Amino acid sequence: MIRFDNVSKSYPDGTEAVRDFSLQAPSGQTTVLVGSSGCGKTTLLRMVNRMVDPTSGSVWIDDDNVADIAPVPLRRRIGYVMQNAGLLPHRKVIDNIATVPLLNGTPKAEAHRRALELMELVGLETSMANRYPDQLSGGQQQRVGVARGLAADPNILLMDEPFGAVDPLVRADLQTELLRIQRELHKTIVFVTHDIAEALALGDQIVILAKGARVAQAGSPQQVVAEPADEFVADFLGLGRGGLDLHLRETPGGTLVVDGHGRPAGRLADPPRAES
Amino acid sequence: MNYFTEAIAWILDPANAEGSGGVWARSAEHLWYTLLAVLLASVIAIPLGYLVGHTGRGRGLVVASTGAARALPTLGVVTLVGLILGIGLVAPLVALVLLAVPSVLAGAYAGIEAIDPRTIDAARAMGMSDWQLLTRVEIPLGLPLLLGGVRSATLQVVATATLAAYVGAGGLGRFLFLGLKTQDYPQMLASALLVVLIALILEALFEIAERVTARRLHVV
Repeated sequence: MIRFDNVSKSYPDGTEAVRDFSLQAPSGQTTVLVGSSGCGKTTLLRMVNRMVDPTSGSVWIDDDNVADIAPVPLRRRIGYVMQNAGLLPHRKVIDNIATVPLLNGTPKAEAHRRALELMELVGLETSMANRYPDQLSGGQQQRVGVARGLAADPNILLMDEPFGAVDPLVRADLQTELLRIQRELHKTIVFVTHDIAEALALGDQIVILAKGARVAQAGSPQQVVAEPADEFVADFLGLGRGGLDLHLRETPGGTLVVDGHGRPAGRLADPPRAES
Repeated sequence: MNYFTEAIAWILDPANAEGSGGVWARSAEHLWYTLLAVLLASVIAIPLGYLVGHTGRGRGLVVASTGAARALPTLGVVTLVGLILGIGLVAPLVALVLLAVPSVLAGAYAGIEAIDPRTIDAARAMGMSDWQLLTRVEIPLGLPLLLGGVRSATLQVVATATLAAYVGAGGLGRFLFLGLKTQDYPQMLASALLVVLIALILEALFEIAERVTARRLHVV
């Protein structure tokens, strides 16, 4: 479990990225921090592995205050996946994935064997092991990024808009894969995104953030959509603006689901049977 | 015959080629001075440049002081150090190292500064220590620009190493100063042509080295 206790972060120039934020991210579940850019969500994420230290308050992993753990060993036991993958361009795919185990002193043969397993887990052909990042597509690079985050078998996986830079089809693919991997591995995931659809697709717990990392609402995807806490949340979800207000419309081709503007959002896969 | 063809003829004259004062020996000396100066400059400038590039601190100070070093007239430094330490190789070597340091230093820190900050950020977030970040990420990825810095330092030094002969050391400058004293202009021109030739060969070698490095690092 990850716990934020009244954390704040302000910078010398006076900007306050995070103000008095508290939250628990339960073990084995995916907590999604969602909000507009500049709301402090990435700052919160980076407090967990001490890439950012809070100005006040504390972050806890189970019973350990992260401030008491040296950054380097702390980061090695936490997986980190970032936008654009952040791969080392001069290292082969297999060495990129094995980076953390190798830093931890795992013998090379074992680290590479594990890296190949992870490639299969994230849906990469193992024949790509000896390629370099610039020889992969954006989606493949992102898969390598996920495999690298998992390589040291961390309990915690931090994901900072990991699928933000790939096209929508690939993104949907990666989201599906992440759900599958999570069903298998049950990591404690903290996932940052500005995309509410992604948050609803992946999160067990959704935390909608306003400026300064104020928690506008935290709850299950069902809760936030069914009972938005206030105007801000409803607006962010797109409720009332037609985004998530869906209706059924009969067409000659079947029942369509349309949004508030009458634009098709999908089709009804399992239409209610007409009473006879 | 004009000076140019006379100079070529002078270079090709077997009488000028052999012996301890011949074209071959002087060229080797010239190359040796160049390599020694660039090597010494690298020993000083590369660690300093890495320190500046890695920490991001001290850049202003380094830029200002190396800029000042660049402004020093090399002939003046050779004369000054020669007056203090006497004639020989030390004085020109000091001047050549001073000449080479700014370029190598700039290459070393610019190489690190030019790395995508997201790559550095990811390396830190994975748990690399400062030393691991430097040796496994920053140094390899900074190599192409460092090589560029060493390249321009080498070219400046190879041209300026003729001044070694001004205070009694060897190198291709010997022919230049000898020709000046005896008004043997073809010999002076021959010396200059030989320096140009060595410079072009070094330039080609660096070009190849930079390309191979960039390709191997996948940073093109």
